[in-house]
Amino acid sequence: MEAHTVLTGFVALYIFMLAAFTGYEIIGRVPSILHTPLMSGSNFVHGIVVVGAIYATLNATTALEQAIGFFGVLLGAGNAAGGYVVTERMLEMFKPSDKKKG
Amino acid sequence: MSPQFIVDAAFIAAAFLFIYGLKRMSSPVTARSGIVVAGWGMLVAVLASFLYTFGVTEAAKPHLTVNAIVAATALAIGVSWAWWSGKKVAMTAMPQMVALYNGMGGGSAAAIAAMVLLQPAVEGGHSGDLLHYGVTVFGGLIGAISLSGSLIAWAKLDERIKGTWRYTGLQAVNGTVMLITLGIGGWIVFAAGGHAPPMIVVGFFMAALLFGVFMTMPIGGADMPVVISLYNAFTGLAVGMEGYVLQNPALMIAGMVVGSAGTLLTLLMAKAMNRSVSNVIFSNFGATGGEEQGEMKGAMKPIDAGDAGIQMRYAQKVIIAPGYGLAVAQAQHKLFEFVKLLQAADVDVKFAIHPVAGRMPGHMNVLLAEAGVPYDIIYDMEDINAEFKEADVAIVVGANDTVNPAARTNKSSPIYGMPILNVDMAKQVFVVKRGQGKGYSGVENELFFKDNTNMVYGDAQKVMVSMIQAVKSLDGGGH
Repeated sequence: MEAHTVLTGFVALYIFMLAAFTGYEIIGRVPSILHTPLMSGSNFVHGIVVVGAIYATLNATTALEQAIGFFGVLLGAGNAAGGYVVTERMLEMFKPSDKKKG
Repeated sequence: MSPQFIVDAAFIAAAFLFIYGLKRMSSPVTARSGIVVAGWGMLVAVLASFLYTFGVTEAAKPHLTVNAIVAATALAIGVSWAWWSGKKVAMTAMPQMVALYNGMGGGSAAAIAAMVLLQPAVEGGHSGDLLHYGVTVFGGLIGAISLSGSLIAWAKLDERIKGTWRYTGLQAVNGTVMLITLGIGGWIVFAAGGHAPPMIVVGFFMAALLFGVFMTMPIGGADMPVVISLYNAFTGLAVGMEGYVLQNPALMIAGMVVGSAGTLLTLLMAKAMNRSVSNVIFSNFGATGGEEQGEMKGAMKPIDAGDAGIQMRYAQKVIIAPGYGLAVAQAQHKLFEFVKLLQAADVDVKFAIHPVAGRMPGHMNVLLAEAGVPYDIIYDMEDINAEFKEADVAIVVGANDTVNPAARTNKSSPIYGMPILNVDMAKQVFVVKRGQGKGYSGVENELFFKDNTNMVYGDAQKVMVSMIQAVKSLDGGGH
């Protein structure tokens, strides 16, 4: 772990800046018919927070931290799994007309 | 390969899959595969995160077994509960479920912040690092607000909390709670150098949670979609910040992508509702309107459902403006059955969707998709508004405020300026409505009193059945 490079404030800012533009560009072009699944889909993506909660919980040293860690992982897992299921259910329903369109 | 290398590789793969998946979600053709791609990213990242067990701090090593059990148990419970609840939730209840899952993510970010703040000072640690703890506290603050605020939003949309919560001096109370929260947070960062006593840390999160409640309680149900979207962006930002604190670029990227996307989505929604975001949060909808409206001219003219159905059968072009009432009556399937009859009779049928039809932008599209309506006969407001004047019939089912011409003409109306569907410009308008009540905003609808409008009273599902029967008996016996 010692060799792990530390992210300085400025490197973090670069990451944040590029990620912010990416998010803006992706959503800017989405047709409004997909707004609800997309909100739910982006909601799913920030469920990655569960990974951070797992990390923090593994490093807990007191019972209080373990208790908070339990809730952190529980909530993060709910965010990720719930976000996935509802988004998949919604998107699965979107279908075009049968071939005889005209 | 060291465990750390595998973790890092898994995270960069996850970040790529998230962005690629979101990109695929931007078209209805590829959207389904997009969420699946992003799902794989999540699975890879979560599995890899358990390799962290090989790299815990010295202080945590004696607790590792318990910690791992705690994390695995919480993960299993969280996933099973969410999987089950997500599978069974009705499509009409989707907005509040999204709010709930989103709030959970905010809570998770806040929990990370709390654990970081509770860690004792160690040699070579971050003690006194203002940036590190400033970001921790700020991310924890917005995460906690997102948690309690989303819970209130969920409860309101789920009708567990009815009405709004307004009293004189509300702004002052909210302001005070906010100042107290910021004060404690500032103290933790600047005075305590990130190592405040546990009670202070707990107090900070209590205050932040309380602020989320106070901030959301006065907001009316009609504005809730904007609020949910805002909290979605909040959670994203909170996750990004805690990602920085934990030195985890996957969290930073995913959090910030959602943070900016969510902010844009919030602004788009607010614009569609003719509201500014600050207006939604700091003022009250309908508090002044509703009472001072002029007398309505004309009368509401009822028409029999069957007659209305037959008239549409002989029309050339019919535009349907559905609203949430359609879904409440569970009439989407019957409506689509009727549409198929009209299509078989060579009527050009289109659906016109207002940006806030349903309980959230795009919600109505989901509800129609559930009934099997193909997305290529569904049009957005901007694309179809010019067509209403060519339509022989416009039929409004379970919508109200989104078709109220007062938004164009009546300056004293609280919905004045909101973009609406131009149904009143069609040659004939039918409004399917349960009774004579007002819409979600509490505003009387001028459309119902127009000369070319006829009201079809009744439960939307029963009305649709009558229309289907009328058209079927006509086509069956007529030829």
